[in-house]
Amino acid sequence: MLYFTAMSDDNTLYEDLLRIRRFEEAVLDNFPKGVFFGTTHTYLGQEANAVGVLDDIHSGDIVFSNHRGHGHFLAYGGDIRSLFAELMGKTTGVCGGRGGSQHLQWQNFYSNGVQGGIIPIATGMALAEKRKYSDAIVIAFMGDGTLGEGVVYEALNMASLWQAPILFVLENNRIAQTTPIEMAVAGDISARFKAFNIMVRELDSSDVKEILPVAAELIAEVRSLKSPRTLILNTYRFGPHSKGDDIRDKHEIDQLRVERDPILIHAHRLDSNHKEAIELKVEKYIQEAFNQALADPLPDASKALTGSINHQ
Amino acid sequence: MPTVLYALNAALQNALASDERVVIMGEDILDPYGGAFKVTRGLSDSFPDRVITTPISEAGIVGIAAGMALRGLLPVVEIMFGDFITLIADQVINHAAKFRWMYNDQVRVPIVIRTPMGGRRGYGPTHSQTMEKFFIGVPGLRVLAPNTFSDPGDLLSKAIFEDNDPVLFIENKLLYLNTIHDSNRLSEFEFFEQTPEPNFYHHSKHNGTIADLSNNYAPTCMLSLRDAPPPVLTIAAYGYISEFAYQAALNLAYEYEVFTELVYPTQLSPCDMGAILSSTKRTGRLLVVEEGTHNLGWGAEVIAQTAENLGSRLLSARRIAALNLPIPASGPLEEAVLPGIEHIIQAAQKMV
Repeated sequence: MLYFTAMSDDNTLYEDLLRIRRFEEAVLDNFPKGVFFGTTHTYLGQEANAVGVLDDIHSGDIVFSNHRGHGHFLAYGGDIRSLFAELMGKTTGVCGGRGGSQHLQWQNFYSNGVQGGIIPIATGMALAEKRKYSDAIVIAFMGDGTLGEGVVYEALNMASLWQAPILFVLENNRIAQTTPIEMAVAGDISARFKAFNIMVRELDSSDVKEILPVAAELIAEVRSLKSPRTLILNTYRFGPHSKGDDIRDKHEIDQLRVERDPILIHAHRLDSNHKEAIELKVEKYIQEAFNQALADPLPDASKALTGSINHQ
Repeated sequence: MPTVLYALNAALQNALASDERVVIMGEDILDPYGGAFKVTRGLSDSFPDRVITTPISEAGIVGIAAGMALRGLLPVVEIMFGDFITLIADQVINHAAKFRWMYNDQVRVPIVIRTPMGGRRGYGPTHSQTMEKFFIGVPGLRVLAPNTFSDPGDLLSKAIFEDNDPVLFIENKLLYLNTIHDSNRLSEFEFFEQTPEPNFYHHSKHNGTIADLSNNYAPTCMLSLRDAPPPVLTIAAYGYISEFAYQAALNLAYEYEVFTELVYPTQLSPCDMGAILSSTKRTGRLLVVEEGTHNLGWGAEVIAQTAENLGSRLLSARRIAALNLPIPASGPLEEAVLPGIEHIIQAAQKMV
């Protein structure tokens, strides 16, 4: 079956990819300056997944993301300054500084930092939308490392039993923090989903224009058939798990940056004038958003911690 | 008066009948079986679309309920045995109870998780425990435990409809077949039911506005003997063991002339101290009774808060609780591990 989608043009896709790339680079560059709280998990190298999957979602669709969620948030349409501000713990942050990098909520976007725990919740959201006869579906992102969590399989079982309208997107970057997939995931990944009678499509690509139509097709199926699907995206992260915890061979990553960089792959499709204009625009926008967030106020703890939930 | 089982079942029936957003999920809850303790009996026959039997996946069910709640439904989950709430800990603590706060008050998660707790049924170490001590004190989670001195069905209805945040609802197994006390017929006792004034204005969920967690709807009952000398000891308890405290109070009065005041909160967390403090200010002494293990539990918190508030006006305080052991299956061993009426009587005598 062929699905026609209002796919973004090449320039827009390039801008979307580059926004994530430059945001994450700015995060890593500025972390040593002490402007951010906590830690971060960057999406460098995986940008085509979020941009490709979320390019054509409907406004009511729900996205549930994980610890490596900045790319998902920005591809969903999240605001760069609010995301910088959230990482900086500012009042203007996505969650007023309460959540930080891994705990974002804006419109129909949610993320949480505990591996696997979001999968039953995303499934429940999909079942609620189905019960409400809404047109909305859920897209839930997980990684290969998440496959170690038992609650994932509870959720897959119920998503299939009750035909939840949800697309599971498994970004397999072949490493969980520092543990390579060979040491953590036995057997066949796609068979895990097929065992629950959830149809799987698998891609090994960093090209947004390969990912986008397949994702759009699956999303259309989930929406029209009210049934779960899985998209496995074999991918590579160029950066460390968080900041300084990469034990991989540097040459291996350099090679990946040549062969599997979503930005380089897509850049060839643009004429150089457009490409440069977009690069300047994104550069400027990121810098302005960062500076604005930096100038934004920190919360006043004497006011911000009262009122909303009971103290014990 | 009806039994606790009847009241809870009727509350669920009414919830399903009055609001299409209510969904009930749990293991083996469909008719004709109707759930392991029959609290859900008759529901699936009446509302087949909204009473959902689930796989044996406690964490998954609670996660799915939380997701449904985030998207506008009002799910009620049954965990078949309270012992299994260990399995839902991450979903409750790191997800459902945390979302509202960590998402900067932008979401609500109105789920109710009901579960039977407690021993004296011979079910042994993994089906007899009193586990709520591991969930009290979790920010963003309300923990309720009904007793027979106020209406458990009313409490459950309010948890479903008047609370926009997650609730863990603890039902002691031995309560189910007990009859709810008619406060008019507790002829020997003065009876007060106190529901703290809401701190913030409160709208019901029905008109689409937000009920605030700070709105405390869970009653605390206070009982003291009618026409008796002033009480010299406050006995605080919750759930089924309130019955023991009640029997002990009668015995203490008639056999030993020790007059006590009973205080039975139905909200364990956030810790509802109002009535306990006001009573202990009058009596000067506080005995706390619970079925959970003795150390580091509800009673410890209640006594700590009382000591902080009353200072030297607190003359003495003690805890009655289970031994710090697993619950044995064998009858005489189980009885020896769990607190009984005699323990309350003996402790009270030593305190006055």
